Amino acid sequence: MNTSTAPLLVAEHLSKRYRLPRHHLFAPAPEVQALDDVSFTLQAGRSLGIVGESGSGKSTLARLVMALEHPSAGTVRLDGVDLHALDAAALRAQRAKLQMVFQDPYGSLDPRRTVLQTVSEPLAVLHGAAEAERRERAAEALAAVGLRASDLAKYPHEFSGGQRQRIAIARALITRPKLIVADEPVSALDVSVQAQVLNLMQDLQDRYGLAYLLISHDLAVVDLVCDEVIVLQHGRVVERGDPDRLFRAPEHPYTQRLLAAAPQR
Amino acid sequence: MPLLEVSRLRVTLQTQRGPADALREVSFALERGGTLGLIGESGCGKSITALALMGLLPEGARVAGSIRFDGTELTSLPEREWCRLRGNRIGMVFQEPMTALNPLHRVGDQIAEPLRLHKGLSATAARAEALRLLERVQLPQAKARLDAWPHQLSGGQRQRVVIAIALACGPDLLVADEPTTALDVTIQREVLNLIAELVREERKGGGMGLVLISHNLGVMADMVERVHVMYGGTVVESGPTAELFAKRAHPYTQGLFAARPRLGLARGTRLATIPGRVPELADLPVGCPFAERCPRVADDCRAALPPAFAVGPGHEARCLHMDDDVMEPASVAMGDTAEAARG
Repeated sequence: MNTSTAPLLVAEHLSKRYRLPRHHLFAPAPEVQALDDVSFTLQAGRSLGIVGESGSGKSTLARLVMALEHPSAGTVRLDGVDLHALDAAALRAQRAKLQMVFQDPYGSLDPRRTVLQTVSEPLAVLHGAAEAERRERAAEALAAVGLRASDLAKYPHEFSGGQRQRIAIARALITRPKLIVADEPVSALDVSVQAQVLNLMQDLQDRYGLAYLLISHDLAVVDLVCDEVIVLQHGRVVERGDPDRLFRAPEHPYTQRLLAAAPQR
Repeated sequence: MPLLEVSRLRVTLQTQRGPADALREVSFALERGGTLGLIGESGCGKSITALALMGLLPEGARVAGSIRFDGTELTSLPEREWCRLRGNRIGMVFQEPMTALNPLHRVGDQIAEPLRLHKGLSATAARAEALRLLERVQLPQAKARLDAWPHQLSGGQRQRVVIAIALACGPDLLVADEPTTALDVTIQREVLNLIAELVREERKGGGMGLVLISHNLGVMADMVERVHVMYGGTVVESGPTAELFAKRAHPYTQGLFAARPRLGLARGTRLATIPGRVPELADLPVGCPFAERCPRVADDCRAALPPAFAVGPGHEARCLHMDDDVMEPASVAMGDTAEAARG
């Protein structure tokens, strides 16, 4: 790894507290600490895995990195730019560099919009590209994920789950991002389809030098794709390191429990 | 006599493009206290099989073949009789506990309902039994939870309640369709351990059979004695779990195992994939459903559904072109050859 270059993504001391509804009118609103002092760096073209269960803070972390929410404390820098210090226009300009892929290829695509509309949407939001350019870039993105330009006019229901996830990945690729935050990108897919999508994600990484922040409960998926892994529990990092080491000789009891719970075959 | 005997089950569903066979030539048997798994990907027919076992097939479905449960033929059973079986002698656990539970009824009342309906218990007796069941499924603070609403429980706790309802009347058969898929990994493990423990406990009594449906090979390995691999509406391979996992005979089973990401693979490894995609229900071919994606396909594969060949003790696979070392020396096709050839 070339450590002399500045990292693509730097998260420092990220914390997020949410207020819960008050029990009584005059009582202080109780708070929940969703994320507690989480720091990491990610180099361009590399992959960082975030592992943990419901309530561990992994989705909160994704929203903070995507600048969809403000942290209670801490910073997220992408290419040296503090995302949470930007005004709306400046943040929109940065958004081209970071895109997101969600778990559910059924819920994340609008059934009333064509593939062209869906895939080119981030371009429209970013700089209102001309129709011809949008179509060309969308066709290019579809080709990159193994779909055809003739699919542009179709609607999501005409595709299988795996193909829908390819469409979601094409939408993320269209802005030529440096970072893709992938939240459980294959966990809703069947085993054989999962393999196709994981291979595609790795091919795209090699071809475009993408960095992945991969959120997954599946340790085998993280082991396959990631260069480093962070284990979150109750919003805190309980263990981190190279997946080869971490999954072979986990030190924290929670990591050990996760490994013990994973099916062994 | 086996507790459950499914033979040559065919289910034809009405689709937008006309009738289509969702299941063909599905056969299996389960003894009292036995455990059996149906594994496969979306559209393979495993959930339709589960619905057939519970008499919950969609409107307009046509059923041929036979499902015998403790000597009773279920395929021709009137709905009134089904109502006496479901929730009584056949317990059910589904994937999503929140949709299985009624959000407007307290947990204790939902467990008491089958007891009052099927066993005629009084309200007090049913409540006492509901508490005992909640304790049996190891729900913490069971007594207080009797009056809880489903939304006050976590996903894992809700699934324990669903299991308590399924077990309430002491069923002879438990059908669990992806019971842990919606749960966190460590909770999954707890719920699976609970189901395994309950099956073991029931063996001391009459014995409860388990039909477990899952897409997860690891879950199968841990939970069931026999596994049936389904693809395109039929069982392509079946056998004792350890034997089938060690010696994968059918090209689809081989492809499925090779495609799994597993711990310890070198970073950046590309997984083996199965080319193409699962056929649509209405497009299922006359012959082997896997033919279009199979590396070993030949013309005869497309002629008729291949018969099941023995490949080991209690282990068989529906493939005409298996490796020679997989086949038993005196391999004979199972009974359905003639029918399969007729198509």
